[in-house]
Amino acid sequence: MSKGYFGAFGGAYIPEILHETFAQLTLAYETARADEAFWRHYIELMRNYSGRPTPLTFAENLSLAHGKRRIYIKREDLNQTGAHKANNVMGQGLLVRRMGKTRVIAETGAGQHGVATATMAARLGLACTIYMGAKDVARQRPNVFWMEQLGATVIPVTSGSQTLKDAVNEAMRDWVGSMDNTHYVLGTACGAHPFPEMVSWFQSVIGQEARVQILEQEGRLPDHVYACVGGGSNAMGIFQGFLEDPQVELIGVEAGGLGLAGHNHASRIASGKSTVGIAQGYKTCFLQDEDGQMRDTHSVAAGLDYVGVSPILADLHQQGRVRFEAATDVEVVEALKRMVKSEGIIPALESSHAVAGALRELPQLKEDAVVIINLSGRGDKDIFTIAEALGDAKWKTYIQERAAIYAAEQGERS
Amino acid sequence: MSRKSALEGHIKDKLQQQDILLMSHIVLGYPSLQANREVIRAMVAGGVDLMELQIPFSEPIADGPTIARANQAALDGGFKVREGLAFIREVVAAFNIPFLIMTYTNILMAYGVERFIDEVADIGVKGLIIPDLPLEQAQAAIEQCRAKGMDWIGLMTPTSVDERLGKIGAAADGFVYCVARRGVTGSKTSFDEHVGAFMHRCRQATPVPLAVGFGVRSAEDVDYLKGKAEIAVVGSAALDLFDQAGAAALEPFFRGLRG
Repeated sequence: MSKGYFGAFGGAYIPEILHETFAQLTLAYETARADEAFWRHYIELMRNYSGRPTPLTFAENLSLAHGKRRIYIKREDLNQTGAHKANNVMGQGLLVRRMGKTRVIAETGAGQHGVATATMAARLGLACTIYMGAKDVARQRPNVFWMEQLGATVIPVTSGSQTLKDAVNEAMRDWVGSMDNTHYVLGTACGAHPFPEMVSWFQSVIGQEARVQILEQEGRLPDHVYACVGGGSNAMGIFQGFLEDPQVELIGVEAGGLGLAGHNHASRIASGKSTVGIAQGYKTCFLQDEDGQMRDTHSVAAGLDYVGVSPILADLHQQGRVRFEAATDVEVVEALKRMVKSEGIIPALESSHAVAGALRELPQLKEDAVVIINLSGRGDKDIFTIAEALGDAKWKTYIQERAAIYAAEQGERS
Repeated sequence: MSRKSALEGHIKDKLQQQDILLMSHIVLGYPSLQANREVIRAMVAGGVDLMELQIPFSEPIADGPTIARANQAALDGGFKVREGLAFIREVVAAFNIPFLIMTYTNILMAYGVERFIDEVADIGVKGLIIPDLPLEQAQAAIEQCRAKGMDWIGLMTPTSVDERLGKIGAAADGFVYCVARRGVTGSKTSFDEHVGAFMHRCRQATPVPLAVGFGVRSAEDVDYLKGKAEIAVVGSAALDLFDQAGAAALEPFFRGLRG
């Protein structure tokens, strides 16, 4: 199998103009990977800056509600910027320094990757531009606010479906013209080689920690590990801790949106409706029509409504190593409420897919099952989206009151 | 070693009569196939020698904003590949210039790569330009194109190192598409000694004719390329003009490009 392929998936299907840039990036990544000091430096940075290792929290109340089953939550929400995204961006930031580049660009859906990249750029002293679908800009204003405060330029993308996939295309266009001084910080384990492998490598810290922690706390490996899957970087992160343990079942939970019957979801694998294609630089399972045009997707969680999936996960599915499920928007909102009320943990809507997948299956699992749910990010920063998804009347009243105050202030000024 | 294709022969014959050839570009289905007919007629009447017909794709990563928007508009308008191929059959029969198809790998994959190449070669298409299928991945498709008498058009860029230009040049059939600058299609390129030096590197790398695209917008640009390249490619500039002034403006525009 040639480099950058995972079974039938992966590769580098890029315009010729980017050939040398990818060659340089691949070399920088491979050299760093072979350099133990680089990884030590990375781990040290994550310990002092991002609060790693993140805890593996025993979910006492959820567990009590499920007999002798024991449920643990891997707390990626406690990272700097509130999501697993920090692991990837800080790793790539260190690579950018090795390559001597001075500017980073990124695309973002929910905004988590954008905030993480802008944070990394601020910390490492790099110029930063973030591309974001105009629809996502509208639904994730708090994240846009923080990116701008961190010094990043946020560019709303108005082409196509105005969501993540269009932001990816726009970022790629920027890079084609700016690669001399710019690195494209891809946000997930997708895209052309070496991105899927490189992002998975930085995220593997999640699984390495979780494995040690569960052995310490339980004295044995888990039976099931749940993670949500958009592009798939948090799933790749935690799964890598258990890939070589065949007794550990790995479950990826995709966005079921309004249900798998129509096209209002982003379930590439669990829906059985994706086909193999090549887009955005790599080969994987895409939700596309019979002509090979990518379909619009839907999820209550902006970070999961991506049209492709990590080629590594597509391969792990084909090998039978990872099982895929989907959770609908309705199930996800219920799972979020349950996690908040029973554990005092506020998950992101993305992460709530993993919670929903686990909650659905818990009653059927063997009586003494040990389960890990990867909580990829925290939800308090998604307060606008979550309050809307919950249909919270008091929140709506509050927003209306604030809006009235702002309108009055504007009226006084003009 | 590259073989001399029918397309290459045609280009060289044409160069007996003129300094440089003009290749234009259209996005099929933008804004409609009917509008494409009028545009093609106007372009041919304006003296265009070859034409790229782009089959729209939802993720056109090598295209700039103008052409990307046209891709999306064509798809929003209901463009289907099958109808596009029927249209190509029609124009190949109606106009006596070589037509090439430009599109992305996934369009071929969804149709079936072998089936696609066989069908478009039978229609009479002279070449394929697939910017997201690098040389290393394209070997089987290149061989199939050759077997069908159609050319696989490689791309050379200013960032390609000489060794890579050599590889692309050795595999080239028909002509090579040289990308005049870094960046996507559609913005202004300053045609100066940087382009000249790049053209020289391309010339060293291959015996086939050179086409230069990305940012060719005026008679001065085309004039600069005379003697350095065999074909000037005009894409986004014609699309912008069409958007502003309609198909009728294209005939005088292309006529004017010859200076």
